[in-house]
Amino acid sequence: MENPLKQFAIQTLIPIHVGGYDLSYTNSSLFMTVAFLLIVFLFFIGTSRKAVVPGRLQAAAEMLYEFTANMVEDNAGHGSAKYVPFVMSIFLLVLFGNLIGLVPFTFTYTSHIIVTLALALMIFVVVVLLSLKNHGLGFFKMFFPAGAPIFLAPLLIPIEVLSFVFRPISLSVRLFANMMAGHVMLQLFAGFTIALGLFGVLPLTFVVLLTGFEILVALLQAYVFALLTSIYLKDTLEAH
Amino acid sequence: MDAASAKLIGAGLAVIGMGVVGIGLGLIFNAWLHALGRNPSAAPVLRQMGFLGFALTEALALFAFVLAILILLNVL
Repeated sequence: MENPLKQFAIQTLIPIHVGGYDLSYTNSSLFMTVAFLLIVFLFFIGTSRKAVVPGRLQAAAEMLYEFTANMVEDNAGHGSAKYVPFVMSIFLLVLFGNLIGLVPFTFTYTSHIIVTLALALMIFVVVVLLSLKNHGLGFFKMFFPAGAPIFLAPLLIPIEVLSFVFRPISLSVRLFANMMAGHVMLQLFAGFTIALGLFGVLPLTFVVLLTGFEILVALLQAYVFALLTSIYLKDTLEAH
Repeated sequence: MDAASAKLIGAGLAVIGMGVVGIGLGLIFNAWLHALGRNPSAAPVLRQMGFLGFALTEALALFAFVLAILILLNVL
């Protein structure tokens, strides 16, 4: 059986080397471009004819927007409307990456930790900088829960700092590991289908069910990524 | 015991965490269904919190899984 991790190999399509850095256009970049074009197509065509009774594309674009806007409003609280474009860009990039990856012979760019970690670190830096800008030094108060007894400080502060620093790691590892585990599982069961001959019908049925489950996971993980982003952005708005 | 077999045992030990997370996820969905049964009108709030709890718990299982893969692929 083939190595199930082979499907995640990055292939260089157009080699570009600038000053010792490898900036090649790879299959990962190709599918990011595809996702970008699909998103732009959906929203450009969807909102070009602003009908009162929306057509299919317009309804899809409106639903995606309302969904994100409600999520940010519910979780980041008052004054968070300015974050909707940021959260929505991240949500759509992750969502389309996850969903495109489920089409056979494509590449899932969200299954690479470098992609998800870059997104998560960007969110982390945005949250830290905006918190420092909005709260000043009051930002550091979030590392000590209000109302806790002062003698617990030596215990609580390291824990809070650690959990804050681990945010980008858990955010990125969750997405990348979900995608990777799902695709590895699909490939393993597809491999059983060929190896078992006639009895391969059983794993084949399972692969069909798993594909449905993977669609759910793809939607859920994109949702969770955006949900946690809006929860982290709440820290930039509310004083502690 | 040679290093290769110790590595395999280590990877096996690492994924025990996934089983424990299974218990945790069961508890989350248990509480979720109980709450939904008692107060179906709270479904939107419960859905959000439920998914959040699910995601935060599941991340730990995936940490264990990634650790096991890293051990097996000789990265660590």
